[in-house]
Amino acid sequence: MSTPSHTPDRDRPVVVTGLGVAAPGGIGTERFWKALLTGENAIGELSRFDASRYPSRLAGQIDDFEASDHLPGRLLPQTDVSTRYALAAADWALADAGVGPEAGFEDYDLGVVTSTAQGGFDFTHREFHKLWNQGPEYVSVYESFAWFYAVNTGQISIRNSMRGPSAALVGEQAGGLDAIGHARRTIRRGTRLVLSGGVDSALDPWGYASQLAGGLVSTVADPERAYLPFDADASGHVPGEGGAVLIVEDADSARERGAERIYGEIAGYAATFDPAPGSGRPPALGRAAELALAQAGLTPGDIDVVFADGAGVPELDRAEAEALGRLFGPYGVPVTAPKALTGRLCAGGGPADLAAALLALRDQVIPATGRTARVPDAYRLDLVTGQPREAALSTALVLARGRHGFNSAVVLTTHRP
Amino acid sequence: MARLTLDALRTILVACAGEDDSADLSGDILDTTFEDLGYDSLALMESAARIEREFGITLDDDDVNEALTPRLLLDLVNGSEAQAA
Repeated sequence: MSTPSHTPDRDRPVVVTGLGVAAPGGIGTERFWKALLTGENAIGELSRFDASRYPSRLAGQIDDFEASDHLPGRLLPQTDVSTRYALAAADWALADAGVGPEAGFEDYDLGVVTSTAQGGFDFTHREFHKLWNQGPEYVSVYESFAWFYAVNTGQISIRNSMRGPSAALVGEQAGGLDAIGHARRTIRRGTRLVLSGGVDSALDPWGYASQLAGGLVSTVADPERAYLPFDADASGHVPGEGGAVLIVEDADSARERGAERIYGEIAGYAATFDPAPGSGRPPALGRAAELALAQAGLTPGDIDVVFADGAGVPELDRAEAEALGRLFGPYGVPVTAPKALTGRLCAGGGPADLAAALLALRDQVIPATGRTARVPDAYRLDLVTGQPREAALSTALVLARGRHGFNSAVVLTTHRP
Repeated sequence: MARLTLDALRTILVACAGEDDSADLSGDILDTTFEDLGYDSLALMESAARIEREFGITLDDDDVNEALTPRLLLDLVNGSEAQAA
């Protein structure tokens, strides 16, 4: 265990200085952002395998990523597609933050905290195929770690010589926000910089089937109608792949080294669990939001926009709308769920929403909720639909839920030195 | 059965563990260590497994670990092959 490279400080401001995004609709942060603002729907027919006999055939796929363009050849045989996205996004985020050999960091100043919910499904699918069809001697030695939840943290750490405190968190969609929350905690314990975020991909036959088995995937065939968070016609979600990496730093340390930009501050984070089914107690998403706000020293009236979990499942949408209504009052805050354009990215979804929220703060515009058009009056939500909305923004609340009861919330603010 | 040649070993290394941009496999690499060529122990394990399948031989893991250069690995494999024949 390394000793802190800075003095621990529970009140230390923690900021985001770099972003790297690999998501359906855009490889790279600006392409991702442009796709959200123009409302480009990245959901389409699965092309990775023949899904013609599946009850659902749609996914948010990253179509223009050629791994050999972004990664050294030696990493290709040992990495799942999700790890390749994570490594590339990490490179882009570090470059965006101006963190390289010349930035003056020691290896132990740099930690890595990532989340993945699905592990290396595609890699594992191929190796299991060899196991059953050819025998154990044909299974790659790299399977020993390529599937593993911690592999993205490990590969990023090795590739970039980041030897400070590191972790891997698993909480399905909430896990990506948990990673950022833990990165913030790690900075406050004395690490100067933590690379954090989440990336997932499970669009091989086995990974896709396991998502269908969960029962929350939409079976609507039309890509324009399949994933409609908060819509009266919501029928479930569409799986997507990818995510985002954020460079998280001590604000003072970032200034000392001359960081080119600060996207915003991670002002608050909280996580809760839902009560057991049948207990009669309400879901705890609202509680996570309240706690994150309290930690940020803010009230609901201070929040300018909410990036919602937006499950696209009617009962889950209703529960989220109720939680927001109790916290903010009817129509009390603009709400959006631009993941409707990319599909649900699992552990990558929270970090992608954080990237979108930080870009919203930068550009003072809220991206719209994909193709959602008819929001039930009973939800009492001011949902941004149809077109992006220009707004005066200095604070954002980002929410995520993971199946089986995970809830996480992050509060972002414009950083004022 | 054919002996494992340096060219065939190159092909196996690249197929199993990729090619490192900073290392040149095209020259005389017989006595360059695998580490200098950018191949770690897992890459050697993967390559050895493939050699075992293609040549119908068994290689001891400890022996593979001690074969630090292509020359030593070729000697190990071609020696084992003689025993298998």
